[in-house]
Amino acid sequence: MSTQEIPEENLPTEQATAHGAVKVADDPFADPGLPPHKPRIQDIDERAAKRSERAIAFMFTLSMLATIGFIASYVIFPVDEIVYIWPFGRVSALNFALGWTLGLALFFIGAGAVHWARTLMSDVEVADERHPMEASPEVKAKVMADFAAGAAESGFGRRKLVRNTLFGALALVPLSGVVLLRDMGPLPEKKLRSTMWAKGKLLINMNTNEPLRPEDVAVGSLTFAKPEGLEEHDHHFQTEIAKAALMIVRIQPEDIKDKRELEWSHEGIVAFSKICTHVGCPISLYEQQTHHVLCPCHQSTFDLSDGARVIFGPAGHALPQLRIGVNDKGFLEAHGDFEEPVGPAFWERG
Amino acid sequence: MSTVTNTKKAPAGERIADWADGRLGIYTLAKANMRKIFPDHWSFMLGEVCLYSFLIIILTGVYLTLFFHPSMNEVEYVGPYVPLQGQLMSEAFNSTMHISFEVRGGLLIRQIHHWAALIFLAGMFVHMMRVFFTGAFRKPREINWLFGFLLFFLGMFTGFTGYSLPDDLLSGTGVRFMQGAILSVPIVGTYLSMFLFGGEFPGGDFVARFYSAHVLLLPGIMLGLVVAHLILVFVHKHTHFEGPGRTNKNVVGMPLLPVYMAKAGGFFFLVFGVIAVIAAVASINPIWALGPYRPDQVSTGAQPDWYMGFAEGLIRVMPGWEINLWGHTLVLGVFIPLVIFPLVLGAIAVYPFIESWITGDKREHHIAQRPRNAPTRTAFGVAWITAYMIMLVGGGNDLWATHFHLSINAITWFVRIFFFAGPVIAFIITKRICLGLQRRDKDKVLHGRESGIIKRLPHGEFVEVHQPLSQGERYKLTAHEQYEPAELPPAVDENGVERKIGRLQKLRVKLNQGYYGADNQVAKPTAEEFREIESGHGHH
Amino acid sequence: MKKLSARRRHPLAAVVVLLLALAATGGLYAAFAPAGTAKADETAQSLAIEEGKKLYSVGCASCHGTGGQGTSDGPSLVGVGSAAVDFQVGTGRMPAQQPGAQVPRKKVIYTQAEIDQLAAYVASLGAGPAIPKPGQYNPEGADIAKGGELFRSNCAQCHNFTGEGGALTYGKYAPSLEGVSPKHLYEAMQTGPQNMPSFPDTTMPEKQKKDIIAYVQAVNSDKADNPGGLKLGGLGPVSEGLFAWIFGLGALIAVAVWVAAHTAKAKKS
Repeated sequence: MSTQEIPEENLPTEQATAHGAVKVADDPFADPGLPPHKPRIQDIDERAAKRSERAIAFMFTLSMLATIGFIASYVIFPVDEIVYIWPFGRVSALNFALGWTLGLALFFIGAGAVHWARTLMSDVEVADERHPMEASPEVKAKVMADFAAGAAESGFGRRKLVRNTLFGALALVPLSGVVLLRDMGPLPEKKLRSTMWAKGKLLINMNTNEPLRPEDVAVGSLTFAKPEGLEEHDHHFQTEIAKAALMIVRIQPEDIKDKRELEWSHEGIVAFSKICTHVGCPISLYEQQTHHVLCPCHQSTFDLSDGARVIFGPAGHALPQLRIGVNDKGFLEAHGDFEEPVGPAFWERG
Repeated sequence: MSTVTNTKKAPAGERIADWADGRLGIYTLAKANMRKIFPDHWSFMLGEVCLYSFLIIILTGVYLTLFFHPSMNEVEYVGPYVPLQGQLMSEAFNSTMHISFEVRGGLLIRQIHHWAALIFLAGMFVHMMRVFFTGAFRKPREINWLFGFLLFFLGMFTGFTGYSLPDDLLSGTGVRFMQGAILSVPIVGTYLSMFLFGGEFPGGDFVARFYSAHVLLLPGIMLGLVVAHLILVFVHKHTHFEGPGRTNKNVVGMPLLPVYMAKAGGFFFLVFGVIAVIAAVASINPIWALGPYRPDQVSTGAQPDWYMGFAEGLIRVMPGWEINLWGHTLVLGVFIPLVIFPLVLGAIAVYPFIESWITGDKREHHIAQRPRNAPTRTAFGVAWITAYMIMLVGGGNDLWATHFHLSINAITWFVRIFFFAGPVIAFIITKRICLGLQRRDKDKVLHGRESGIIKRLPHGEFVEVHQPLSQGERYKLTAHEQYEPAELPPAVDENGVERKIGRLQKLRVKLNQGYYGADNQVAKPTAEEFREIESGHGHH
Repeated sequence: MKKLSARRRHPLAAVVVLLLALAATGGLYAAFAPAGTAKADETAQSLAIEEGKKLYSVGCASCHGTGGQGTSDGPSLVGVGSAAVDFQVGTGRMPAQQPGAQVPRKKVIYTQAEIDQLAAYVASLGAGPAIPKPGQYNPEGADIAKGGELFRSNCAQCHNFTGEGGALTYGKYAPSLEGVSPKHLYEAMQTGPQNMPSFPDTTMPEKQKKDIIAYVQAVNSDKADNPGGLKLGGLGPVSEGLFAWIFGLGALIAVAVWVAAHTAKAKKS
């Protein structure tokens, strides 16, 4: 299409061909053709060539020695031996020795081969003709004719019923493959909307595995909690903690700006989801003076003194808060599950 | 046939070759390829860096599969690394610990595998840029350009799935990010996530699933593309730079047998050797220091491998936009970067087609251009790289903050602004530099090279002596093609009928003038100009 | 001179000039950058609190108030305890040099005896965590692996996997833990200096703090092993990526230049 729009004369003219076709005197910019080949030292001095040969053989020999060194290192160094090597530090002797010997064994094969090519093999530059990719018009005409004959013989264009049902069959058959993928996982249903937290569940300190009391949580401290009944050895621990992980801090009640946050706290002890609402990193870079909490993955910043609203970064909504209180034995407990889904937002979240 | 007439038997090697030729036709193949010419230039070796690191990755990867267990069953660590003893971890992590601490040489192979992967991707990036800036993607090489681009794109995901396999705290965080990003996809996001992970995150399936993608599906496709890429390189023959005797109709260099057999074959060993030494001296992905993955744990400085840093940057600097309507959530803060990521990469992939549409040039091109001689393209490429690099900075904003004592928020704002402003500035500056270099080339051709020698003329004037260029040098600096800018056809044709000019055509002419208009390229010196100066008062 | 003027036309001349310029800029920066020293007072010893009070009124009162009640420039010290003083002054953070996002670790300007006096005085203003005894923080015999798990749960989010430090908001940062003494690690967890939250014994018992100290010592000290070789700052993929580009690809390109270059031609004789 565009060849018509741009007239041929707008395209630059092809450069004259090589090999001094143009008289140099006429045109100061004419192609003088390939410069004459200049010999290398090795081409004219047999002693230099011999020197190159020895250097190449020396490199190949070094490679052999390095391979022997590799096998020796494999046998000699115990897998757990650590040695101090400046400037690398306290490194595994085996890794260091194997890596260097293997590296040198390979490198010297390559270096020898390249040195060989550079100094002893012919370095005369040769020109090779290029041929256009496009076929000649005759070839093209022959192919088109063959194709037309084949297509006519198949009856593909004429017998439309055969053709259309074939298209139908080919279009449907991949569906079996798609259907088979169904059992890769369950449907989402309401799975992302609930966590293990429920009314009356104690807040268990992740460090000590003991239930938390309000007096344990000092102002300016940071504690992580999991729901009662979730143990590290449980089969579903990873999946449950990915939603239920809790971050607990204590803020002077008068410093809490959000009314609901204060209501849902216990004397300034607030429990927020530890899972970032951006893409789900555990977020816990708590600055106790500013009450900011930063996500180490993408730097979303939340203000824990103001309903954990987003004050910077790519997160789209505040961290969900868990409503907590104290049970009659004096332990911190949940007053129910989170009221909104924890973690990253999704289409059905609403 | 020859055995019938000849009483003497051919040597064994020849007989084997005859046998193979009778079945494979190797002589015909060798006739075309054995003395194939390859031009010498270091930048033409970049593709080989990629090819060889890919081979190294496959070799070492096969070794690693002998010991790696792609399973997420929880086990207790009882191996020799004290700071993890008694910790719960997945079998995937446990077996990677086993490879690193108990298999002799296992750590070395792991490190070679990972270093080679980083170098593979870096090599592909640089190779792609070499092809871009020299215009080596032009007809007939557009399809091979796409193959190469696909290799880079698939390489990123092969790398990402491999990085996730050990199930360590860092890679698990990366997988968590990916899951969060999938969740942001409107309508189907939650379903995709549930199907990919076999339920809720992290579940017990993703390592095994990533494993089959990492060792079979993705490398299988890549291997096919690599073979196709190489075949096309052979079919098209390599481009070469302008120079005396080098034209669009020939290729000048050394023959495959023996020079390039030795050089390219030797280069494989050199690449492997260098990577093995790097793996001997520098640690990579020390999973024992990172610890096993737990969805409630994290470390600061959580970054992906460098080739995903661009995506990481996009996701870090995006403002947190979220729209809630009719009971649904549109997570623009995550979804927009997810869309921009392939768009930015795709911009470079489709560039060859855009350029050929703008120039209207349907001829074959086998000369690798000097970037200065295609200022607008070069400027576009540098602008693209600028956007890419700025996002890499964004992806590491926390480390920039700590190492240069800056505020992370300030860096994020810098990246937000300069993702848009940076490419524009880079475009303008690059174009000016290119035009300046073109002018310098022109001066050099007309006046010769500045020698740095000052001469005092008899009447007291000081001049710098200019040394004239040789014919070959003059040719080299003037051999490049220059397009005439396109123009819209007159509004009325010769019969006085108003011509219809489509909006697309207007855009094309405008872009074409942006490429080749008077201000956008410096006209080559003409023979007349040259002679005039030549016959003048001498060089200065 | 002639040689130089010929060489300044060399294609690499620009690179050399650039490198020189960069080196000069760096040198100038180093010369003019603010020096990290401050002057200390030297006073004689007597009763710890009395002496501490004297030290306090000279070195601390201008920001923290004459009675430790705090001013707009510094927080109240009532109830922070002697552990906080020992940490802040013992790591050189206090006295602060200038206001900023965060007070950095510097050269310690008080002797340990003076620090103890200051601590005693501040502790007398109100009860708070006391300087720990060696038995509390000495990591010998602690459970390193448990410490690692606790570290990843409680510390790594700010200080990185192996305690290399990390960024916080608006120019604040979690410092590197390299070379921090067990006592100061303990005090930091106990008192929560600056923006770091505290990890009091009620939620993180003494033994667990010891485990964490043992882990930090095991992975981030002169004695820590790096079996794979250079740890590249312990920062993860960013430094690994830079290394792969600069040294990996850089070395390979250097090799490629050698492979593709033409061999030197014989000189005309």
